[in-house]
Amino acid sequence: MERHERKQRSNDAGSSSFASGANPVPGVDGVPGDRGVTQWGSLEQLTDSPEFKRWSGREFPDGASELADPLERRQFLKLMGASLALMGVTGCYRPPEEKIVPYLEQPEFLISGRPLYFATAMPFNGSATGLLVTSNEGRPTKIEGNSGHSLSLGATSVFEQAALLTLYDPDRSKTITHNGQIETWEQLIAAWLTEQDQQLAQQGRTLRFLIDSTTSPTAAWQISELQKRFPSAKWYHWEPISHESIVEAHRSLFGRPAYPEFQFADADVIVSFDNDFLFDSPYRLAYSRAFARRRSYQTGDFSNPNRLYLAEPSPTITGSMADERLPIDGSVMGTLVQMLAASLGVSQAKAEVHEREAVAWVEACTRQLKQTRGRSLVTAGYRQPAEVHRWVHAINAALGNIGKTVNYREVPNAAPLPPFKGLAELAQDLGSGQVETLIIIGGNPVFDAPADLEFEKKLTRARFTLHLSLFQDETSTACQWHVPENHFLESWSDAVGSDGSTSIVQPLIAPLYSGYSRHQLFALFLGQVSAQDYDLVRDYWRAHAQWNDFEKQWRQVLSDGFLPVNSAAVIPAEDSASPPQPITSGQPTPEREGSLPVRQSLPQSAFSRTTVAASGPRDPSNTIELSFHPDPTIWDGRFANNGWAQELPKPFTRITWDNPALISPALAKELQVANGDIVEIRTNAGKVEIPVWIFPGQAKRTISLYLGGGRYRCGNLGNNVGVNVYPLRTTQQPWVVSETQVRKLGKFHQIVSTQFHHSMQGREPVQTRTLDEFVRQVVPPDQLTKKPEPDQTLYNFEERLTAEHQWGMVINLNTCIGCNACVLACQSENNIPVVGQDQVWRGRIMHWIRIDRYFEGEPDAPKFYQQPVPCMHCETAPCELVCPVEATNHSAEGLNQMIYNRCIGTRFCSNNCPYKVRRFNFLQFADTKTLSFQLGWNPEVTVRARGVMEKCSYCVQRIRAVEFDADKANRKINDGEIVPACAQVCPAEAITFGDLKQQGSQVSQLKTSRLNYGLLEELNTRPRTTYLAKVVTEKPETKLQAKE
Amino acid sequence: MSSPKLVEDKVVESSNSSHVLVSPDETLESASAKISSIVLERKHPPFWWVSFAIAFALLMGLLYGITILFAIGVGIWGIDIPVAWGFAIVNFVWWIGIGHAGTFISAILLLLLQKWRNSINRLAEAMTLFAVACAGLFPLLHLGRPWTFFWILPYPNTMGLWPQFRSPLVWDVFAVCTYFTVSLIFWYIGLIPDLATMRDRARTRLSKVGFGIISLGWRGSAIHWKHFQTVYLILAGLSTPLVLSVHSVVSTDFAVANIPGWHTTIFPPFFVAGAIYSGFAMVLNIMIPLRYVYRLESVITERHLNCMAGVMFATGLMVGYGYIMETFTGWYSGDIYEQYLVINRAIGPYGWTYWLLLLVNIVIPQALWFRRIRSNPVSLFCVALSVNVGMWLERFVIIIVSLHRDFLTSSWGIYAPTGWDWLILFGSVGLFVSLVFLFVRFLPMIPMSEIKEIVAEREEEAA
Repeated sequence: MERHERKQRSNDAGSSSFASGANPVPGVDGVPGDRGVTQWGSLEQLTDSPEFKRWSGREFPDGASELADPLERRQFLKLMGASLALMGVTGCYRPPEEKIVPYLEQPEFLISGRPLYFATAMPFNGSATGLLVTSNEGRPTKIEGNSGHSLSLGATSVFEQAALLTLYDPDRSKTITHNGQIETWEQLIAAWLTEQDQQLAQQGRTLRFLIDSTTSPTAAWQISELQKRFPSAKWYHWEPISHESIVEAHRSLFGRPAYPEFQFADADVIVSFDNDFLFDSPYRLAYSRAFARRRSYQTGDFSNPNRLYLAEPSPTITGSMADERLPIDGSVMGTLVQMLAASLGVSQAKAEVHEREAVAWVEACTRQLKQTRGRSLVTAGYRQPAEVHRWVHAINAALGNIGKTVNYREVPNAAPLPPFKGLAELAQDLGSGQVETLIIIGGNPVFDAPADLEFEKKLTRARFTLHLSLFQDETSTACQWHVPENHFLESWSDAVGSDGSTSIVQPLIAPLYSGYSRHQLFALFLGQVSAQDYDLVRDYWRAHAQWNDFEKQWRQVLSDGFLPVNSAAVIPAEDSASPPQPITSGQPTPEREGSLPVRQSLPQSAFSRTTVAASGPRDPSNTIELSFHPDPTIWDGRFANNGWAQELPKPFTRITWDNPALISPALAKELQVANGDIVEIRTNAGKVEIPVWIFPGQAKRTISLYLGGGRYRCGNLGNNVGVNVYPLRTTQQPWVVSETQVRKLGKFHQIVSTQFHHSMQGREPVQTRTLDEFVRQVVPPDQLTKKPEPDQTLYNFEERLTAEHQWGMVINLNTCIGCNACVLACQSENNIPVVGQDQVWRGRIMHWIRIDRYFEGEPDAPKFYQQPVPCMHCETAPCELVCPVEATNHSAEGLNQMIYNRCIGTRFCSNNCPYKVRRFNFLQFADTKTLSFQLGWNPEVTVRARGVMEKCSYCVQRIRAVEFDADKANRKINDGEIVPACAQVCPAEAITFGDLKQQGSQVSQLKTSRLNYGLLEELNTRPRTTYLAKVVTEKPETKLQAKE
Repeated sequence: MSSPKLVEDKVVESSNSSHVLVSPDETLESASAKISSIVLERKHPPFWWVSFAIAFALLMGLLYGITILFAIGVGIWGIDIPVAWGFAIVNFVWWIGIGHAGTFISAILLLLLQKWRNSINRLAEAMTLFAVACAGLFPLLHLGRPWTFFWILPYPNTMGLWPQFRSPLVWDVFAVCTYFTVSLIFWYIGLIPDLATMRDRARTRLSKVGFGIISLGWRGSAIHWKHFQTVYLILAGLSTPLVLSVHSVVSTDFAVANIPGWHTTIFPPFFVAGAIYSGFAMVLNIMIPLRYVYRLESVITERHLNCMAGVMFATGLMVGYGYIMETFTGWYSGDIYEQYLVINRAIGPYGWTYWLLLLVNIVIPQALWFRRIRSNPVSLFCVALSVNVGMWLERFVIIIVSLHRDFLTSSWGIYAPTGWDWLILFGSVGLFVSLVFLFVRFLPMIPMSEIKEIVAEREEEAA
């Protein structure tokens, strides 16, 4: 706790945390959508198939009534308790000290009961997001984005939110082990000194380091020092989900590792080849904001929204935002790019695809791009091989986008070798016995290395293996030494984001367990046995930052959360925007002299197949393609033991706690499989047995697999959740496998989704307007009629709303990208419990805000709608009327509030809520037994016991905090000063909260928008949460053309 | 009364046994002896012991289920969001409905001077009490925090808080408590003359003292009888509106809510008809075996069975009318949510429950058009059983099927009961049957005084 003295309260940051702000089922669908399009939900419903009937009869089949089940949950609690008890057994657990005595000396800035805010950064996947973390009496309780940080802008994604729970995970590794036996730091030092002498003698010739994609300048400096000490040692970076193809493509173009950076604000037309830039780009938060701002429709004269054309194999959140989305196999992207290049005149090479939709899509893209030269943007995802990126660069250059909408930045601290190649080399050396000492820093290669490397087997051939990681995971178990790593909220470090923003990673809490930072470990390897990460990081910056007054600057940097330097230089436009050379063959740009010979060394890489495919039309009718994707909630498996991440319903499928194979409706029909049927997928690399999930919008002959499932040594929560699909992945085909055999096995696995039936059934919870209707200020007649007449009530509501403030919310369906961040932010802010897969299956998920999704149109290429649904805070709330004890009632400020203490649990309120946003503690869901989780709870929010109802409170604790402050200062509350957790975290600024009574407040202005509508308004509930209707492209060009 | 034959309330000395209320063989002495001997003298048949053992085992199951329920929480049941009410509320409404026959028979038929009620009213009233006791369990059990149940009562407290009187759940508490209290008093007052008879005929010291205390010093004097008749009539008058009000109030639990399938004005009369329907079915289900085992054919004659079948059938037809009107108004409303509800009831995931409901609750009881069915104890027993299952299913259809798919398709869900749900349902049946068997064992199940009244009248006429 002494570290608190070193932390500075960030005054600026502290205040900014609040200031920043088809065919319907016959006969069932009584009223088909009046507007000609019928919305439908699950495919079974659409097809009215026997599976649907079978399923709908018994969604919870036979096992639903096991008597033992509630006891199983107890067992779960016991397990959690047991792991807690084990912490005591090890004797290495340092619980945070709690002394119930007043401070003798009040720590600076600390007022009991008032949170402090500290700036820090979260290193993630080769980048870093600037954060502002709330600390309550020394315990980090909430992670927010740092509004000053260019890669956060005040928002976060689900991963930053989930990271908080990982900090408090009771399954985290707590002690150093050697071959499974508990050892001390001193013994590790002794072992290392022996090892070091041997390596020093041979200049580290058989010494290898494998490190995750760290971007820490301090680490880079330490590594360079280590390279001086062990000149022959080799360094490798490993990340199963890496952007290597992008970096390497641009390395080959510019002679240095580079990564593109897009200006979505200036792009009128965006063409994306399999790039889910709103989800898995390091720029995801900045891109989400810039992209969403171009289609917010929040101002009345908005008439030039951007248009997104996107081709992808499996629906993603970015794909759902596309005006024209082309579901197509990942391996065809190369051909598609070449088709686009050819039709734009960038190349003469001929390329063809079979699919008429694809041809029409390319033609539509061409037309749009030609009209918007210099204001367009073409991009491809990292799942595509380097060649595709070179083509994309050529197209951008030809369109004059470089320097305008596309810039290139040099990658700071780039890996010496791209991860896949590097790991392959390391595995080869291990196999041939050339490695005696292997130090693995972070990462989990034993679990997530490509299957063909047989990494685990080869690992045992080294004499000395050490793994530093948060968990005693698969790799730790395979290594001799395991050192527990400190969480990034527990240790000092620094990190560079992809855009060159540089942050100091500042700890919020003393290490919960006896962990070590990677800097400490590096220092040990450098011979500095007792170095502290704090000193190491400061020493680095003292030596390298060239600040006049180091202490002053240092404090300023800690307060801001980032340094006034940029570590990733922009490659000048004149260098990168060289006019495209005429291309006549399949090779778009010649490899530059002096650049690394990347591709030659990769045997039979994925892109060479693309070239082959490009040479002749590919026949899609007889192959099944396999496509790997990062998991939307557990990424590459690192969040597998994180209850928040596992329970977060994945976009569109709404699946929790599982990673089934996603298949198209057409393929499901061909294979005769239904949701949950287990298939065997066999490739050259291996085979897995995995249940399937039918996913509308999936490319017809592509099976998509989320990486990261099926961890077997991640902790009590995540072990054996889902299926491990890494065994199908190889160094040659890391993302797309084109030769696959699929066989139905006749076994079944219950997949748990939170939304099975989701046709809108003509009810139009998501209202849409065409752009034409929006511009002409027309509301479709069928939607007008839903508004109840103002005189259809006996009450005068205006008279009743006498309080000074009247809170309300508007959710913009145009900008909501469905990233799920609000769900986790709400979970973190409001102490919402994780209930586990079984309880989710029983329909008891606790999230206060949920993302509803609906499909519309053809099942092969549907339109996607997502709608965040929190409590509506109805002015005439049906829930309040029926509570026998007035446990839910209305505040004068218009909040529908829950009094947990008064609730007796009749659940009548939930029955009477037309939105079904109320959540009930059917069991003791809040884990009150695991002490470490309690540390992370928000002290401002009651932890609910079993038997009480709960629901969205508009983050009433935040409202009150600001109200008190304003009251004490005798001032008015400013618009935007109160931000609920969901609105604060939203990268797309889709949620606006504020005072409806305040003239000119943003929320009251949005309420006057002609897009504004209330959900189920016809019930006369007078919801305070309203939506801005989604403005849709009225005539999808490709569909028209495909029909012609 | 639906059948004109039921108007006959005089004792007709006829060979047609369906008109006889008390067998002509019975005398004042023999009636008392026959009925009191069940409690005082006769050995209890194996039927009693076996049945009681089964019912008692179920009751123990109920207690076990409740223990686990209180220890772990209502999450052991199958309820979820959106189906936050499950078996507990289905059972509550079902039991309350069953608890309607007794008071209907005792009070309304008394006021209507239906003499045929005399031999069955005691059992029916006892059954009412037990059914209401079973029903009363469920609102408590279903609470998320059952230990706070008393917050729903208007009692002075330091928090200065009252219940929320707009909530139908509060009305429920008043309705059910009142009904239980009045039914209990009514039943007990009616018992007093018989308790005195039992006291007088008791052989053992214990039963003499026991019956002596609870018969409140009844001596059968004329003034006693005068007071008794007055009180009894007043109580009958008090009970009569309750018969109609209780289930009307219970129906507002649903009718006040806005859920399609609940939000409907037909519910109060519909629920009352359904309640009397299932109440009579349950009386028949209890009475027919007891009549057979204890050879009470001379006091519970075919005429009684016929009359009860008639009432059951008439209310059943009202319920059928309710189904038709629900469907019609669903369609006629023009509201897509109501329309979808009607369709979903028939062909949704729980469509089978709806069709089964129509079969057991409407189609099978049509057999009651035939006198042969009405007067045959076995066939009547089967029809009554079918009605009881049907009325339970009806509440299932109303509660679960309406809840599982309401307004937003995104929040649609499904409900599957767990073993605990079933255990508590059958456990409550066990509690009910146990109470009935204990009642049969310890109290006179046929009102001797009223039987003797009929016999006396007959003797007067004969004289």
